[in-house]
Amino acid sequence: MIEQQYIDLFETYREEIDKNATPGLNNERDAAFESFKKLGFPTSEPEDYKHSDISRAFDTELGLNLRNIPIPVNPYDAFKCDVPNLNTHVFFLINDRYYDKPRSNPSLPEGVFAGSLQTFSEKYPRVFNAYYNKIADYSNNGVAAYNTMFAQDGFVVYVPENTVVEKPLQLINILRGGVDLNVNRRILLIVGKNARVKLLVCDHTVDDVHFVVTQVIEIAAEENAQIDLYELEENSEKATRISLLYCNQQERSKVTAAGITLHNGYTRNDYRFKLLGEYAETHVGGLAISDKKQHTDNFAFLDHAVPHCTSNELFKYVLQEKSTGVFCGRILVEKGAQKSRAYQSNHNLCVSDDAHMYAKPQLEIYADDVKCSHGLTTGQLDVDALFYLRARGIPEEEARMLLMVAFTKDVVDMVRIDILRERLEYLIDKRFRGDLLRCGNCNVCK
Amino acid sequence: MENLLEIKNLHVSVEGKEILKGIDLEVKKGEIHAIMGPNGSGKSTLALVLAGDPRFEVTKGSILFDGKNLLEMKPEDRAREGVFLSFQYPVEIPGVSMVNFMRAAVNEHRKYKGEEPISASDFLKLMRDKREMLGMDSQLVNRSVNEGFSGGEKKKNEIFQMAMLNPKLAILDETDSGLDIDALRIVASGVNKLHTDDNAVIVITHYQRLLDYIKPDVVHVLYDGRIIKTAGPELALELEEKGYESLINTANTK
Repeated sequence: MIEQQYIDLFETYREEIDKNATPGLNNERDAAFESFKKLGFPTSEPEDYKHSDISRAFDTELGLNLRNIPIPVNPYDAFKCDVPNLNTHVFFLINDRYYDKPRSNPSLPEGVFAGSLQTFSEKYPRVFNAYYNKIADYSNNGVAAYNTMFAQDGFVVYVPENTVVEKPLQLINILRGGVDLNVNRRILLIVGKNARVKLLVCDHTVDDVHFVVTQVIEIAAEENAQIDLYELEENSEKATRISLLYCNQQERSKVTAAGITLHNGYTRNDYRFKLLGEYAETHVGGLAISDKKQHTDNFAFLDHAVPHCTSNELFKYVLQEKSTGVFCGRILVEKGAQKSRAYQSNHNLCVSDDAHMYAKPQLEIYADDVKCSHGLTTGQLDVDALFYLRARGIPEEEARMLLMVAFTKDVVDMVRIDILRERLEYLIDKRFRGDLLRCGNCNVCK
Repeated sequence: MENLLEIKNLHVSVEGKEILKGIDLEVKKGEIHAIMGPNGSGKSTLALVLAGDPRFEVTKGSILFDGKNLLEMKPEDRAREGVFLSFQYPVEIPGVSMVNFMRAAVNEHRKYKGEEPISASDFLKLMRDKREMLGMDSQLVNRSVNEGFSGGEKKKNEIFQMAMLNPKLAILDETDSGLDIDALRIVASGVNKLHTDDNAVIVITHYQRLLDYIKPDVVHVLYDGRIIKTAGPELALELEEKGYESLINTANTK
């Protein structure tokens, strides 16, 4: 059993784990541990994980930095993210730890907290306890349980009610290590009534070892809150990223979440939204550009629990060489959730003969006055468009590139930070040309 | 004048079916040729084959363009040598802006000739001049290629691209279809302005109407994959009056 070594590890090092975390974080471990013993890691057995056997990633020797041995890195030197044009407040997580030496204290609006999960759990225990692990559900998911067992730190943004954070926040996740490493990262986003915030999260790998990262993102969007969360993955081919995003939305809240998988190894992203208050609105998008043997699995679950909510999904894949894409989009309209509007689109390009796409829309509707739709296409580049471009003197390779970049455009257009959108267009173009620096520098900011 | 285009005994098939059955055609610099003929006679096939559409197979014959073997060239090289096809059905390309598309095309032409890429200001000026020449809405060039354009806007956009690329040989495949009288006049005057002694135009059309504005030197009738008659501009008027029937009957009894 793959899980046994992790169960043993947890029991053996429980004291060390607790000692290097805070009581708030430690309180959850026992229940999570019980869950994990029951659930284990997902294999390809359950329907939701059919094309991504998560357990395999753990079937190897992985180190965990439970004693919080400092990893020598100055992210400011490594990333030069001191960046004029994006103009964000920048934060770092080195593996799963908050990097506690901010260059300057960001001038955030009064009452806003952005920083370490440990610090937050001690400074704001009441808020922490009200949200931490209250949105994620570890009784149902082995990865969420595992992450909660080992999570010792992470990043929090807390925006109290009626507060608007104008300048986008940026979190840069850096993977560093001398040996193959398991990293268990937490992100908690609490946005109060009428509050607003935009967060960009960038994933980078520095060292050439295997990283297996679990990440649990919990988002609480209170009444009329507005949240934008953009994730950009630029990990190495040796990285495995298993991300679970859980979001609870209250009345009239609006959440836009987009994940751009620009470079990766093996990726599974879950987007689990619960629309719990009327007139809540969700826009969720995903874009994967892959080649070699890269694997990207996006799983979206939109739960319309109450009437008058809107959800919009757009997932796109450009698969080259021997890469694999997986998309499952589940929409649940619960009984009584009348006037729900739920739209889903998934469009995929298999550019090479050896690329594989597995796509599955899943609509379960238990209300009778709703508007739901889904559209799914998987195909190759349009030959007519290709010829049209060539007939104007654009070489075939260049024409293909133009069409692939064009294909990604509507996902990028979901991004509501102008300068980031432009930056993404530039990076996507570079990615297709094969000259993207996949690590070593923060491409967003440089 | 020397021949710009020289087609000899051209046979073309698509999916095993022969569509062009031995075309001979010579076009000299400075000339305007019209190709007419009933539906399904092979006019558009000829146009697409000249542009290098990979769906068609040339089974026999030769095409020389400016003394070079056109059939050996890729579509992009033909374009950069100076062949331009105004498509009968311009393709919509969502996500590719007209500006980026034209900049890429113009710079590929320049690169081919060993020239530096066009400067941003020169490019914008070029775009504006050509757009104004064709009375195009400035919004159109900011949109994606042909996306959401009306039929008439798409045809204007083809001539706009022609103006941007300044080809040696322009092939206009039913550019008049879908145009109202005013748009037709603008498009035709655009073509006439671009026409010089150094380039040539092949106009494929069903109607005399366009030829009132773009005056051909030579008119050909294509029927069942062959040119069955070649004459002066008076032939178009005659066809407008009498239709193709008598010509076709004569051809069939030969």
